[in-house]
Order: sequence, then C-alpha cells, then structure tokens
Amino acid sequence: MNWLRKNSEVIILPLIYVVIFLLQKNKILNNYIIQIIMLAGVNIIMTLSLNLVNGMTGQNSIGHAGFMAVGAYVSALFSKIIFSAATMPPALQTVFFLLATIAGGIGAAIFGFLIGMPTLRLKGDYLAIVTLGFGEVIRSIIRITPTVGAARGLTGIPKLASLFWIFVFVTITIYVCRNYMDSAYGRGCLAIRDNEVAADTMGINTSKYKVQAFVTSAFIAGIAGSMYAHTLRYLHPDVFSYTKSTDFLVYLYAGGVGSISGSILGAFVLTALPEILRFMNEWRLVIYGGLLVVIILFRPVGMFGGKEFAFLKLKTGGIRHIGFSNLFQRKSKKTAVANEEISQ
Amino acid sequence: MEKFIQLLVYGLQLGSIYALLAIGYTMVFGIIRMINMAHGDFLMMGSYAVFFIVSLFFADQMLGPAIALFVILASASITGFIGVGVERIAYKPLRNRPKISSMIAAIGVSLFTQNFFRAIPFIGPNPRTFPKLLKDVLFFVGPIQLSLVRIVVIILSIVIMSVLYFIIMKTTIGMEMRAASCDKDASSLMGVNVNRVISATFFIGAGLAAISGAFYANNYPVLTVTMGATLGNKAFIAAVIGGIGDIRGAVLGGFIMGVIEIMISSVYSELAYGISFVVLIIILLLKPEGLLGKPMIEKV
Repeated sequence: MNWLRKNSEVIILPLIYVVIFLLQKNKILNNYIIQIIMLAGVNIIMTLSLNLVNGMTGQNSIGHAGFMAVGAYVSALFSKIIFSAATMPPALQTVFFLLATIAGGIGAAIFGFLIGMPTLRLKGDYLAIVTLGFGEVIRSIIRITPTVGAARGLTGIPKLASLFWIFVFVTITIYVCRNYMDSAYGRGCLAIRDNEVAADTMGINTSKYKVQAFVTSAFIAGIAGSMYAHTLRYLHPDVFSYTKSTDFLVYLYAGGVGSISGSILGAFVLTALPEILRFMNEWRLVIYGGLLVVIILFRPVGMFGGKEFAFLKLKTGGIRHIGFSNLFQRKSKKTAVANEEISQ
Repeated sequence: MEKFIQLLVYGLQLGSIYALLAIGYTMVFGIIRMINMAHGDFLMMGSYAVFFIVSLFFADQMLGPAIALFVILASASITGFIGVGVERIAYKPLRNRPKISSMIAAIGVSLFTQNFFRAIPFIGPNPRTFPKLLKDVLFFVGPIQLSLVRIVVIILSIVIMSVLYFIIMKTTIGMEMRAASCDKDASSLMGVNVNRVISATFFIGAGLAAISGAFYANNYPVLTVTMGATLGNKAFIAAVIGGIGDIRGAVLGGFIMGVIEIMISSVYSELAYGISFVVLIIILLLKPEGLLGKPMIEKV
C-alpha cells in the first residue's frame, strides 16, 4: 500500500487509459484522436528523456532526435527484417515487439554512451553543437544505408504499438524518471546542474553521473523511437532531423524544464495544439511559433516550471526547488561582483 | 590537380557565403553569449528582399554592377533593421536569464518567421526563382574554368570582411563592441551604451546575413522560406570550428567548411552534410574551444 501511495502514477495513468479506452469503445473518440494521443505519448516519453539530460543534469543536448532515430531504426530492423513479426501469431508478436523495443533502447543507449564521453570535455554551447552534429551524422548514415531503405525510407513496419502499450511505457518512464530524480544518482545530477565545480569539490564523480544520465536518457529515447516506428509504420531519415530535436526542446522548455509534470503537459499540449489549430491552415504554425516566444518572454520557467502535479510530487520533499529557483534567478549585479571578488 | 584548383575556387566561393553568415553568429555570441538560432532566417529575408526589390523596381532585367551592389546593400539594411527589431522584441527581455531561454526564444522566432513568410500570400510556400543580377562571363585560366561572378563574390566578401575588421578595430563603435564583449557591466560603467552596441551588432550581423543570402541565391537561384535553416546550421558549425566569439575564426571556419563541403560532394554528394559535422566533432574533441578560440577559465 505504501509503495502505491508513493508511486501514484502507477494507478493514475491506468485510470486515464481506462477512461480513454471506454470513450473509444463508445465511439466518442475517433481513430484520428486516438492517433494523436498515441503520438503525444511518444512525445511525452521523448520529453521526459530530454528532461533527464537538459533539466536534471544541466547539459544542453539539442540533438535528441538522433537517439530516437537509432531506437526507431534498430527496433524496426528487429521486428521487420530480422524476425518479420507481421506474419506471427498475436501472442508472439507482442513478445517480439517488446524485444524489439528493448533492442532499440539498447542500441540508442550505446550511442548515448558514445556521445556521453565527449561531454566530459565539452561544456555548454560546444556540447550543444556536438549533440546536434551527432544527430545529423546519424541521419546521414541512415540516408546511405540500403538495408534500412536509405533515402527512400523504411516502409511496412508491422503495426504492433497500441494505445495500451504506449500507456504502459509512458507509465514506466514516469516511474523511472521520478525515482531517478529521487535517488542518489539524481541528486548527483542536480548538483552538477546547479554548480559543476562545486559538485566536483563535494566528491561527486561528475563524469560518471553525466555519462550515466546520457545513457539512461538515450535508452528512454530509443524506446520512444520504437513506439514511433511501430505506430506510424513508416520511417524516413529526414523525420529525425534537427527540426525534430527542436520540437522536443520546445515541449520541454514550454512545459517547464526540470519538472516531470511540465514535460508531460508541454508534450501533450503542444502535440495537440497544431491539430486543434488545424482550421487556421497555414497560420497555425505562425501562432505556434509566436506562442512559444510569448511563453518564454512572460513565463520563462515554462507552464509548469518548479511545480509538479500533486500526484507526482517528489517523495522526499522540495529539495529540488532550491536549485531550481537558482537556475532561473536573474543574476544581480551584486552577486556578479561578489563572484568576481571570490575568484580573484 | 586542375580539378583540385577548380573545386578550390568553388569551395572558396561557398566558403565566403558561410563566412559572412558565421560572422553574424560569432558577433552576437561574443557580445550577448547567445546562439541566435534565427540567424539563418535573416539570410532568407535578405534574399527575398533582393528578389522583391528587383521584381518591383527593375522588372527582372539584368542590372549593372553598380545597381546590383546598391540593391544588395538596400536589402542588407532592411534586414539589418528587422534584426534590430527582433532583438528588441524577443531577446532583450531575456538578456539576464539563462542562455538556454534566449536560445529557445530564437527557435520560436525562427519558427514564427519561416511560417509567417509561408503564410503571407505574396510570398507563399512555392519556391521563387531568383533573378540573375549580373551577366556572367566564363573564362579560362589554363585548364581551369572561372566565372566572373564567382570571383566577384569572393573578392566582395573579402572586402566586406576587411571593412568590418576595420570598423571593429579602428572606430569608436567597434571599440565599444570589443569592450562590451569583454565585460558588459564594466563597459556600461565606463559610459558605453550597451543597448546601442547590441543593436549595432544585430544590425551588422543581419545585414551580413542578407548579403550572403544575395550571394547564395545568385548561385543557387531557388528561394524557399526554409533555405536559411540548413545554411544557418552550417555557418554556425563554421563559427564554432573557428572558435565562437572571434571574427577571424568565423572567417577561417567558413572557408574551411566551404572547401570541405565542395571537395566531399565531388566524391559522394550524399555524405557532404554529415561529414561536415564529423569534421566539427573531431575539431572540437581535439581543441574544445575552436581553432582560434582561447580557453576560458571556469569560475564557481
């Protein structure tokens, strides 16, 4: 019972699923809306994964679509080309879908390790541009690999992901992220975000924590990629371009960086918004871009920055918020001068 | 060998376009420490400005060199003022916030401008054909074919960069820029109007982007609203390779990027974009602050 009270997302999300499922059965929600909800689920997983690196560890990754691409292509290779899961009986299909998803996650995690290593040498904007470069390199490699369809894209991936499985993985991701944030590893990451040099002085193995955060985040992104591949059934290298990465950044920062609720809300609202604005035709993306600027200007911590839904509150209290307010405080002249004096 | 020199000329020409664009990135970064993700869109605006000026006032006829130069400079100043406006509205309120917020704001600006240009009816989503500004003359030096326009573009770019270098090193506003990039607070105590300096930086940066847009469109005469995105990314890489914050670094990085890209596309065109990123990653791993950058000391 105690465990359930501490991990209430394990109850709340299945309840939401049951409601959506009943609405779908009674023909209130059509397939179009269900598809949007599924894509929103994929985006939620991706945004949570980005939150681990950008929000918690304070490293700027702006090429996260690269990890998603690796996950999507590896899992699609696994389920389509190696095992051709489409012709199997349904029970086996599910097993292979899960295997493919894990394979996608592991594939992305390996790349996460490779990209995590240079983060030990690079900081801030330089790291950002390397992650961007990494994403684009992955895309160019996919573009010239004939096995995965090269520049034509990979078609005919079996449709194995369903609303149910997406809810399962969203729930697991939220559970993992929450507990990661609340563990010693998460605390280490938060310390690195707030002040890396100070964290190092306090005996935190900053290199280890940074690589760990990258690998975990890449694994989750790989799973999101697998969900994406098995939902849309078609992959094209250009889908995972730099634009896709910025989408996730936008979800994260508009939702509220560092906050799990913010990541969920940002991903969900901003996936649904362009669809809701569809009646405005070409003006909808203008409004989307304008809205983003307005959010950043007038609410720089994002819609849900520094807050959590009641059921997602951290178990050990608000220690995270100390660092968080620090992150967004305007730097006053006084502290700047004080810092100068200390360093001299 | 002939092929090498031929490609080198092409590479230098593309490189001069990247260099002009990279200067904008590097100047903005040097002064307000932000990555202006919308910088590529200034290039797009500049080339559309040239397109509209030419089709409105000159009815698509071939222009003489003097008028062409005038048109390019006019569009550069239009884009420059747009750049100043964008900074005032979207970036200025974020100046004391974490860098990443202004980067996200820049992504928002970029999304907004691209889609706004696509949505307004007289630009629209369809690609436009850029008018030929100058009559091109092809001539041979030994076995190497040269085009007059290409040579003019390279020389003009170098002239513009030299003028810029002169402005930064010898004039008052340039001195103020250098001071502000060293320490914004201290220079404002010394009587430097930092707001004016930042506006000037954006004006110059956006203007140079517009000029490079005109040069680019003159060579690859298809205008789309998203043309700035890829070019902007490559120029950004160029700025980082050279050491962001350093104008000579941006020029060097731009030429390196241009030459590498042309050389690789001549072997395998699909790889060109990817390889330029590989080069970037290798250079950054060997020298994390870029080729000409100085290492920064981190303070608590």
